[in-house]
Amino acid sequence: MTLMRDRTLLIIFTLFVLAAPLIFAPTGAAYPDLLQRFAIYGIFAIGFNILFGLTGYLSFGHAAFLGVGSYSAVWMFKLLSMNILPALLLSVVMAGIFALLIGYISLRRSGIYFSILTLALAQMSYVLAYSVLTPLTNGETGLQLRLDDPRILDAAGPEGFLPSTNLFGLEMKEVFWNPTVFGYDLQFNWGYYVSAVMLILSFWISIRIFRSPFGLMLRAIKTNQTRLNYTGVNSRPYTLAAFVISGMFAGLAGGLLASMDPLAGAERMQWTVGGEVVLMVVLGGMGTLIGPVLGAIFIKYFENIFSKINEVVLQGWFSFLPDWLSNFLVTIVSPFVGRGWGLTLGALFMIVVIFLPGGLVDGARRIMRKITGADRRAAKARNE
Amino acid sequence: MSKLILNRRGLLKTGAAVGAGMAMPTILTAASDGGYTNAPTGSTVTLGFNVPQSGPYADEGADELRAYLLAVKHLNGEGDGGMMNTFSSKELKGNGILGRKVEYVTGDTQTKSDAARASAQSMIQKDGAVMITGGSSSGVAIAVQGLCQEAGIIFMAGLTHSNDTTGKDKKANGFRHFFNGYMSAAALAPVLADRYGTDRKAYHLTADYTWGWTQQASMAAATEAKGWETVANVLTPLTTTDFSSYIAPVINSGADVLVLNHYGGNMINSLTSAVQFGLKDKMVNNKNFEIIVPLYSRLMAKGAGENVKGIFGSTNWHWSLQDEGSKAFVQSFGQEYGFPPSQAAHTVYCQTLLYADACERAGTHNPCGVGEALEGFKFSGLGNGDVEYRAEDHQCFKDVLVVKGKENPTSEFDLLEVVEVTPRAQVEYDPENEFFAGGSLGTCNPGA
Repeated sequence: MTLMRDRTLLIIFTLFVLAAPLIFAPTGAAYPDLLQRFAIYGIFAIGFNILFGLTGYLSFGHAAFLGVGSYSAVWMFKLLSMNILPALLLSVVMAGIFALLIGYISLRRSGIYFSILTLALAQMSYVLAYSVLTPLTNGETGLQLRLDDPRILDAAGPEGFLPSTNLFGLEMKEVFWNPTVFGYDLQFNWGYYVSAVMLILSFWISIRIFRSPFGLMLRAIKTNQTRLNYTGVNSRPYTLAAFVISGMFAGLAGGLLASMDPLAGAERMQWTVGGEVVLMVVLGGMGTLIGPVLGAIFIKYFENIFSKINEVVLQGWFSFLPDWLSNFLVTIVSPFVGRGWGLTLGALFMIVVIFLPGGLVDGARRIMRKITGADRRAAKARNE
Repeated sequence: MSKLILNRRGLLKTGAAVGAGMAMPTILTAASDGGYTNAPTGSTVTLGFNVPQSGPYADEGADELRAYLLAVKHLNGEGDGGMMNTFSSKELKGNGILGRKVEYVTGDTQTKSDAARASAQSMIQKDGAVMITGGSSSGVAIAVQGLCQEAGIIFMAGLTHSNDTTGKDKKANGFRHFFNGYMSAAALAPVLADRYGTDRKAYHLTADYTWGWTQQASMAAATEAKGWETVANVLTPLTTTDFSSYIAPVINSGADVLVLNHYGGNMINSLTSAVQFGLKDKMVNNKNFEIIVPLYSRLMAKGAGENVKGIFGSTNWHWSLQDEGSKAFVQSFGQEYGFPPSQAAHTVYCQTLLYADACERAGTHNPCGVGEALEGFKFSGLGNGDVEYRAEDHQCFKDVLVVKGKENPTSEFDLLEVVEVTPRAQVEYDPENEFFAGGSLGTCNPGA
């Protein structure tokens, strides 16, 4: 039964991801850069959920692995080749090594002490990237490609042009198909589909981990670690493995970010990014399979679309109303959009946490239950 | 229903090899795309205004946005036309650009490279912007300039003062009207040596990113050439808000000059902190302790209040200038918003006009055509006297103003007085100067 459900979920998920340029067209989010971000932060959140959702260990330090992944990838682009494969490989490996190191230290404690340790270590990594290791990271300015980088595996391109990141010739920034459907200008882009395949793979791995004995052990740790220890099980190797796996997911996400847009900045390692992924997972539904991806999409949508709504756009929306009313509405609404997008997000976050403790997935289930009236099935689904 | 049109980027390179079946028909309709990224097809043309609306440079960003909106108004023939009337090139007629009405989109850079690039990307991919401008931080400007180069979009840099923007990180699609750290130092050093003597010990506090680094290096080199000694250079993160822990060590360092390589909110906080510690009233080495802020703006002077009195710095432009261009700009900006514009507002207004004018002269929005029209372009009437866009590095060369915080301000805007207008010849440099070497413009990229 579970196997069947997982298979259906995976198939639906795959179709959804592959059709995203079409699905998101009416929302104004269907341009390559944002779709790539949806997929990449989806991977980041899926990885984070393996640690946080299963073991309950709340890490504030995952931004460090995202940053390490980005820096590794950009260095591979500079030194080796613009093919993203070696870059992604190094990102995952480097992030894994970092995660092993940070995990080994911080997993000596649990609960709030663990969270604080990861936060401290991540902040140290940020400071290292920002002001100490500047020859390696270029500090605040960020690491960029240059015309005179060696790129020893690549043939010299046309004079004066930076080569593009590619996967065996498929250029990440290239829109390979640009049809108009229902009046929407759709952009199918290689970069998005590379990220999408990675997202589907990550989702599949996450399902496998959730259903494995290893996943069961992680859940046991979350439920009652003390009891587990009394029964003679040493839980540390399991938590460390979960930590490293989720760190590697973050590294992959960081590498992908750099592959889509070859720039790595220190702010990618800042604690706010680490906090954002926590928000994504909680908002979407921690411990659920699909929740983290929904949360990632939700937050990135707000950050990129809501922050672009300025007063002129608002005036356009309300222009059908009488002047005094439209002016009034613009005054009321404008603090919550544009640069005030964070305010709206915060309010929504509060509403979700208070009324839907299980996140967006919880909300969707409640609605489904209302529609189908199938209480029993829904209750069962919640227990999975 | 699915009409195949040319994909925008990289078609000629590898696209054909891969998606052969899908991509082949698209080549046939290539002409409709104009041959460059986001070629405008309708009756409007979209510009992207990418400015910080949060973070330490938010004040500057807000003022930039005001100036952009004013420029759009003037280009579309609304308002009094501002500096379009005094501009030496008479191509702009108030009917938009190339007959198309100017529209715009705005975005928040958050003073972060990542966010700025995401915002610029969405302007290019989603809104079809044909030019991106803005950036109140050199780190951001350099990041976005790199993005525009790769996407095939013109980038008209706003407030960016780092040498690197038109130095080692210069790009063929990027143009800067604002001056830079080297020019500030070249203009300031003689004035400082004149007022404070040639035997001084300087302590630098520097914002820890490309702008701070290059301005500090320029200032140190220029003042050392006048006989000063650089005691120390301490880097402060851009996000610092409390500078007291950085100011305390200055007192015991034996330095008699403090150089604050800070801008915006950073400078307001560090200067306030320095004054609170009593640095301005101290005597060190039998000399009056002095503070210098190499890059000054009215917004900062306003934020720092009383503390700016008597402090030297340099600026790209100041609203009290009495030439026709400046007067026209201050007049129409003042009418619109009720206060005089800052140097940030001035530079982005100029950039918008310069871009529009270059399009008119080139007869296209194609970045290569626009770039050619801007390279080596000589103009006047935009408030800085005679100016030239140098072809070698896409940097504008013009006079630099050395300013001082006014002792007796007559109004809340009258905070700076112009001490000297340093002629352009004195701040000019070779493109391969040690502070600028190591970069290459590359080739202009029209995208598609």
